[in-house]
Amino acid sequence: MLGEQIIKGLAVTAKNFFGSYVSKERLTTVQYPEEHLAQKENTRQFPFLVYDGDDWEKGLRCVACQICEKECPPKCIYIVKSKDKKPDYKGQPQLYPLTFDIDISVCMSCQICVEVCPFESIKMDTKFELSTDDRFSGLLLTKDKLAKSNRYYQKMHPQDAAESDAVIAAEKAKAAVEAKAKSDAQAKANAAAAAATVPISALAPTPSPPAPAAN
Amino acid sequence: MFDKLDQIFVTALHWLVSFLPEAWRPLASSLICIAFILSVFPAVFSITTIFERKGIGRIQNRYGPNRVGIPFTKIRLAGFGQFIPDGVKMLTKEDIVPRAADKVVHFLAPVVMLIPVLLAYAVLPFGKNMTVTDYDAGLLFFFAVGGAVELSVFMAGWSSRNKYSLLGAMRAIAQMVSYEITLILSAVTVVMVVGSLNLNEIVAHQNQYTYGIAHWFVFTPWGLVGFILFFIASLAESNRTPFDLPEAESEIIAGYFTEYSGFKFALFFLGEYLGMFAIIGLGITLFLGGWSSPISFLAWIPSYVWFFTKLMAIVFIFIWIRATLPRLRMDQLMNFAWKFMLPLALMNILVVGIWHYMAADWQRWLVCSAIIFGAYVVLGRGLMHNQKLGKRIYRYAE
Repeated sequence: MLGEQIIKGLAVTAKNFFGSYVSKERLTTVQYPEEHLAQKENTRQFPFLVYDGDDWEKGLRCVACQICEKECPPKCIYIVKSKDKKPDYKGQPQLYPLTFDIDISVCMSCQICVEVCPFESIKMDTKFELSTDDRFSGLLLTKDKLAKSNRYYQKMHPQDAAESDAVIAAEKAKAAVEAKAKSDAQAKANAAAAAATVPISALAPTPSPPAPAAN
Repeated sequence: MFDKLDQIFVTALHWLVSFLPEAWRPLASSLICIAFILSVFPAVFSITTIFERKGIGRIQNRYGPNRVGIPFTKIRLAGFGQFIPDGVKMLTKEDIVPRAADKVVHFLAPVVMLIPVLLAYAVLPFGKNMTVTDYDAGLLFFFAVGGAVELSVFMAGWSSRNKYSLLGAMRAIAQMVSYEITLILSAVTVVMVVGSLNLNEIVAHQNQYTYGIAHWFVFTPWGLVGFILFFIASLAESNRTPFDLPEAESEIIAGYFTEYSGFKFALFFLGEYLGMFAIIGLGITLFLGGWSSPISFLAWIPSYVWFFTKLMAIVFIFIWIRATLPRLRMDQLMNFAWKFMLPLALMNILVVGIWHYMAADWQRWLVCSAIIFGAYVVLGRGLMHNQKLGKRIYRYAE
């Protein structure tokens, strides 16, 4: 009969109306500023710079190689290289960025900078509440705002951070082995030089250490 | 004591007017009544918007607005302060008039919309002795001024020089004209029984009790059908879902007020809601006993409380229907009006005649109910005759 289905429909909506007051499970809305939904493992918003240890200026992994700057599709990264060198996490003297700016009003969160970085130094952050009343300098993140500790990264993305830490540990181990080999060779050469006659050795140039095997 | 509470507004009016010289009293009294209507019904409108948003939210398993409360405090009032920023927003928006628009008509349309709607309140009895004008042809007056709303709708649609506006206006005219016939024919039944067009007399006729139950017309077979017809027609008249074709957002943006913004849009919005309240008020007056109480021992509750309670109850049903039914198609709308509503309204008039001439006993109930029910079933079958409902079959896809 005409109208039956309308009555059924009205019953459904009435059930929803009263049900929403009775059972909280019906209401799927999250009251946002007070409540947050749990983020997915691979959430990513904008890049940040990783540092080791407690001092961000000392522990910054970035060596200002500018690969990310060149690869960035919307060109939102700006890097100025330093003149001097500082030892990096391997103890090797490296350049460091004097300026490292990311304009997040331009950034498109593509993660290409993260993929191309050979030093595990730029990673994606999950912070998204970045609204500001200053649309120019407020959205231009400088080095000090970008630098975040490795512990923060481990907490935020445990899986990715573990992988990144493994890569760094492997590199460090390799560097240590090489350094050992180098120092051994150096010691050997020194010993050989000491064994040779003094006048000849004084005339001859110091023997250069053998080149590292795998380089 | 309760009588005094019931008549508090009437006595207050008389007391206020008594300070003035004799000659000024009628004018002052009308001005105060106008102020009353202009303040109370927009207030009801603003409360209704928030009820509507929250109610629809709950029906869709959302919270609805629940933030705005008292400014500069943490008190949120469950979001019931929302209508104030909504109103402020509406009034502070830029008023844009299209370059190609007919500027004078474009400006006049919202005004022409609001005036007849407000005029319609002049004859509605809000409570005992609370009618602005006790007019003998009240019902006729109501429908006469209500007819002017169509004019303003077409003015808005035509003057905007926008195809969506014009389409919306054409749809609105077609819809309102079709449903106005049913609206009036369903109201005619009441006039036949009462023998008066005066809305106060219609209420007085229903304000009697047998075994403690009021003689509301909705408690009779013809009255129930008349009320349902009136209700559906008033949904269509006030352009509410499922009859919101004139402003169908998904098809023609906002229909006839596509090109309106700011204060003019607010006026249209207000006019639409005030028109809805007026027509609901008339429905209450005709079929639900106006300001009278349904049961005699509740008659101590002030009459205006009854009126506004009934008004809000019907508004809630409107909101409920809005959240339930999808929009009709144009041909469905027209078929429903002309092939179902109109014949049923005519049958209802016949039934009222039978009801009037039969002896007042249970046989009259049986005969009238049987005729009405038979007509309903037959007309319903006729309406659904060519409808092929079911799973949609695609001829080429799949």
